[in-house]
Amino acid sequence: MKKITSYCRITDTTVILNGNNLQIPLSEGTGPGRLTGIYRFLQIAYPKFHKMDSLSKAGFLASEMVLRSLGYDTETPDGSTSLVFANSTASLENDKHFQETIKKDNYYPSPAVFVYTLPNIVTGEIAIRNKILGETSFFILESFDAEKMQIFVKWAFSHSDIQRVLCGWVEYLDNHCDVLVMMVEKENDNGLNFNIEYINKFYYIDQKWKH
Amino acid sequence: MIKRLADNIVSPLGFTAQENYEAVRRMESGIGPGNDPAGTAISVAQLDPEKLEREFLRMCRPQREYTPVEKAMLLSASLAVDQAGINVSSPRTGFVLSTTKGNIHLLGMPDHGLGKDRIHLWHTAGLLSEYFGNPGDPLTISNACISGACAQIAALHMLEDGLYDQVVVTGVDMISDFIVAGFQSFKSLDAGRCRPFDARRMGLNLGEAAATIVYGKGNGKGISLINGSIRNDANHISGPSRTGEGLFRAITCVMQGIAPEEIAFINAHGTATPYNDQMEAVAFSRAGLEKTPVFSLKPHFGHTLGAAGVLESIIAMKALEEGIVLPSLGFEEPGIEGELNVSQRIGQTEKKYIIKTLSGFGGTNAALLFGKQI
Repeated sequence: MKKITSYCRITDTTVILNGNNLQIPLSEGTGPGRLTGIYRFLQIAYPKFHKMDSLSKAGFLASEMVLRSLGYDTETPDGSTSLVFANSTASLENDKHFQETIKKDNYYPSPAVFVYTLPNIVTGEIAIRNKILGETSFFILESFDAEKMQIFVKWAFSHSDIQRVLCGWVEYLDNHCDVLVMMVEKENDNGLNFNIEYINKFYYIDQKWKH
Repeated sequence: MIKRLADNIVSPLGFTAQENYEAVRRMESGIGPGNDPAGTAISVAQLDPEKLEREFLRMCRPQREYTPVEKAMLLSASLAVDQAGINVSSPRTGFVLSTTKGNIHLLGMPDHGLGKDRIHLWHTAGLLSEYFGNPGDPLTISNACISGACAQIAALHMLEDGLYDQVVVTGVDMISDFIVAGFQSFKSLDAGRCRPFDARRMGLNLGEAAATIVYGKGNGKGISLINGSIRNDANHISGPSRTGEGLFRAITCVMQGIAPEEIAFINAHGTATPYNDQMEAVAFSRAGLEKTPVFSLKPHFGHTLGAAGVLESIIAMKALEEGIVLPSLGFEEPGIEGELNVSQRIGQTEKKYIIKTLSGFGGTNAALLFGKQI
């Protein structure tokens, strides 16, 4: 049975890592400032973070927390880890931003914005940060679906050289953040069974802290 | 291993896979003059909107108002499933949509009146299964320029896992100001027709198309998708890797148990940007394929983004079926460091395997292995 060995949930107001609410203060408000606040709280030193769009920032932060909690070696090239992500609105948040730059009376398209008009860039950012050389895939679903997530991860494991899959739901639209990132390992006695029950439990875990 | 049952291409070169293949054999190109949103002249492969409308109304039974992206998608899928003779409304038929930007043009039309969900890629896929009265959940893949390969790999899993008996894979993307402005800002467009692997290559041309492959179970006589792999470079979000790491790994993965001598040809991504083509050459060489004939279909169709992986696989499969190695249109002068065998004339081959590769933003690469059984 594949095991979930670490998971992180980020919503507008809570950041939960392996069941613990990290109580990250909302000092920089919600929206994009919220993501920078989490970055500072975690004391990450990765200047490329500031160039990313919000979708990539959100997925990047969750992956940082999951991989740090596992003591993941970010320096050695790793061909045995794959990244499988999904969401509902693709890169619409940044698409709207780019659209603003191509108006007839105000035309200044920039490659630094355009490159983030693809949802899978977040997987590229995480791969670069951690030297991950396995599969990177991005699926679009109408809404969060634990059963589909389980199927996509199963597909990624169909190649025998893949030992672990960092997977998740990474949504960011209109300043709302909705992220669940999980590490799923093929051979590990520790961790929780990678099944629909646990995937749903972790996705809805923030409900516990809602008022 | 899954079997190709039927296929279709809707492109400036024709509205069936066979028409498109024959146009490629005649060395025709769908690329012509166009403009970017700032009025600068570019070269693009655009569908004739009137012809698309006419064929759509002739072949399809519209159930509601559709956008051009949706019309191209539905037309291509309809023609392919008719040819396959499958029961499209059966829960045993699955649908997979590959697209990078779908209805993105609607962002520039705030008063489009088509509803707030119309911009979403999952909604576009939903229209596909709705049109065919299919009760299942269609799958949508948006993994940059390799999406069309990912969609076929998903079909491979869906059929091998027994989730479906046949899977309809459709890829579509249309040209919009959004996409043209973006690629132009990257300075990656050639004003003339693109020249993959050539010393004078200066960039790509964008193209619009929809393409569909219907896959079924089984491995008997015919053309099959044997294996597929997706691997990342972990190098740069928009720049190709100098070592071709991800593409090399993807190719190695699909070639397990097959020698380079058994590969008839590689249909490369071959966008004609200086760095992409060089990266591919490095990866092919590292995989022991430096002597294998290579061609790109981009000078015929342009870069059709989410459709590219499906469309180009269809042409490559047809060439394999006929035992033909296609030439790389417009290639004149070698412009790659290291050894690379760019195909320059139509050749014959008895070999049974081919490789299709794609690479995209986000450092993502894909390789597909197709085979022929007589």
